[in-house]
Amino acid sequence: MSLNTDTVAAPAPVNQPRPRGQRTPSFRGRWADSAFNIAAVTILTLSLVAVVYPLYFIVIASISDPNAVYEGKVWLFPSGVTLEGYQRILADSRIWNGLGNTVIYTVLGTAISVTTILFGAYALSRKDMPGRKFLMLLFVITMFFDGGLITKYLVVRDLGMLDTVWAVVLPGAVGVWNLIIARSFFENTIPGELREAAQMDGANDFTFFFKMVLPLSKPLIMLMIMVHVVAHWNSFFDALIFLNDDTKYPLQLVLRNILIQSDVSSAGTTGGDIESYAAAQRIGELTKYAMIVVSSLPLMIALPFMQKHFTKGTMIGAVKS
Amino acid sequence: MSRVLARPTPAAPPASPPQARQRKAFSLRLKRVGRAWQLYVLLIPALVYIAVFKYWPMYGVQIAFRNYNPVDGFSGSPWVGLQHFVRFVNSYQFSQVVGNTLWIAVLGLLLAFPIPIILALLVNQLQSERFKKFTQTVLYSPAFISTVVVVGIMFVLLSPRSGLVNNAIQLAGGQPVFFMGSPEWFRPVYVISDVWQNAGFSMIVYLAALSGIDPALHDAAKVDGASKLQRIRHIDLPGIMPVITVLFILAIGNLLNVGFEKALLMQTNLNLPTSEIIQTYVYHAGLQQAQFSYSAAIGLFNSVLNLVLLLTFNWVARRANQATLW
Repeated sequence: MSLNTDTVAAPAPVNQPRPRGQRTPSFRGRWADSAFNIAAVTILTLSLVAVVYPLYFIVIASISDPNAVYEGKVWLFPSGVTLEGYQRILADSRIWNGLGNTVIYTVLGTAISVTTILFGAYALSRKDMPGRKFLMLLFVITMFFDGGLITKYLVVRDLGMLDTVWAVVLPGAVGVWNLIIARSFFENTIPGELREAAQMDGANDFTFFFKMVLPLSKPLIMLMIMVHVVAHWNSFFDALIFLNDDTKYPLQLVLRNILIQSDVSSAGTTGGDIESYAAAQRIGELTKYAMIVVSSLPLMIALPFMQKHFTKGTMIGAVKS
Repeated sequence: MSRVLARPTPAAPPASPPQARQRKAFSLRLKRVGRAWQLYVLLIPALVYIAVFKYWPMYGVQIAFRNYNPVDGFSGSPWVGLQHFVRFVNSYQFSQVVGNTLWIAVLGLLLAFPIPIILALLVNQLQSERFKKFTQTVLYSPAFISTVVVVGIMFVLLSPRSGLVNNAIQLAGGQPVFFMGSPEWFRPVYVISDVWQNAGFSMIVYLAALSGIDPALHDAAKVDGASKLQRIRHIDLPGIMPVITVLFILAIGNLLNVGFEKALLMQTNLNLPTSEIIQTYVYHAGLQQAQFSYSAAIGLFNSVLNLVLLLTFNWVARRANQATLW
């Protein structure tokens, strides 16, 4: 139905009102549109620069001579390329230990969360399950009211989970929002006829769920896995409150202690006995830049691959809300 | 099919009709529950989860009205009524902490809520599919950087000695600013970094909603000579209004919870006068100083305030005939 230039150019018969479909866009309208286009592209380009430049700067600063960064000589290109920051990270056992912990927490936590959510969401998606509305309400209530940080801590403590893996993977395992997304996916993609047919063939709910529903839900499963991998990779707070033993710290908590608590001493001065404090601090800053790059790189590389699934997931959520 | 077969035959004459019907309905219900047992089994892990990690802590909230001690537990500790609430309201931190929370919550809402909508409306109007995709991906990427790293980035870029921003300020002839150590800079830095990190991600929902608008509406408006701006105002905005309303109500419902982790990470001893919000105060008083009951009371105060805000705005939206949560 797009506007066809031929029909616009064709002269309308004199004594007939021009059909609606052939009205020429006014000069003012066209001018307004190009002004709009210029404004839109400008605003978006500025936003892109505002998002990308800080990240780009971190990357070039991480491979530049720390003195050049310190003196403000690094703006668009790295200067005096050095990989010392990265070497220091590779040599830092805390980083490796944190990475190992994060991998364990991520794999275990994702497995638990995704399984629980898929199982629960499928049950809640079945309109023929008696008590469905009430059970759903039990979940929804927790979205709007919760017991708070202190009682959560006390519960985890009473369960004897402090300083264990479970304190990191269990307390946040099931997000109700994810449960709702999964439930609407099942409601919208698994036709009731399919189930009736399977039941005729003697399939019970378990066989139907495992043999039919799950294979049909690959996009949802991918989405749920990615949401949880990202969440676990990036989370630090549960570890902060539930773990005391720093050999169990996940990567983000290690990063917090180095990046934010400014723990320059051990990261920056290994073997630097003659270096002045200021120089050590500059090396420390260099290590920080490198650390930001290293810890964010895995997700940034995976992003183009994940984006499709995330967009789809938001749409499932948007449809529901 | 099976339901029909399972129904009792009329061979057994009913003793008194209403009672029998009730009994029949009840047994039918029981049968339906029994037939769905496998679904309940699938639901068990999730139910156990919310029972242990959501409802048990909710039950434990009563310690806000007690003097909690580990021996007597949630329900056995001595009852003290509203003592902790009174203490909080009368404490000198009360106005500061509540004020700080409201400040960043409202500032965040004013900036962080409309910007994704504007971005989505602009991106949606882009003609080039490739530029559209590219913009989307780039704007959305900071959402995947962890809060720890984002705050780490702030500390290095805003550092008074070597940070990028202060180098630029000095280049322009200004004096370096100690951003992370000045109370007056906490709020701007907090809100701007929030927009930087999350605007692109929040934009996606609106873009999804915009893609659901019937293109015929746009074609018809184009034919009538409507400019892009007019089409945004009269087609796009009304089209995504339900989504905007629902997300706004949700944002209000979470108003006082937002960004607790980031505020905690951004805190330095120097910016505490503006960076101490209700939830960081709960963390400090509760977990670091072990005043469990007192901080549970403050947390409860926060939750209830949130709930009241949510219900109020949902009610307002319903009165205005807008989309609501329920």
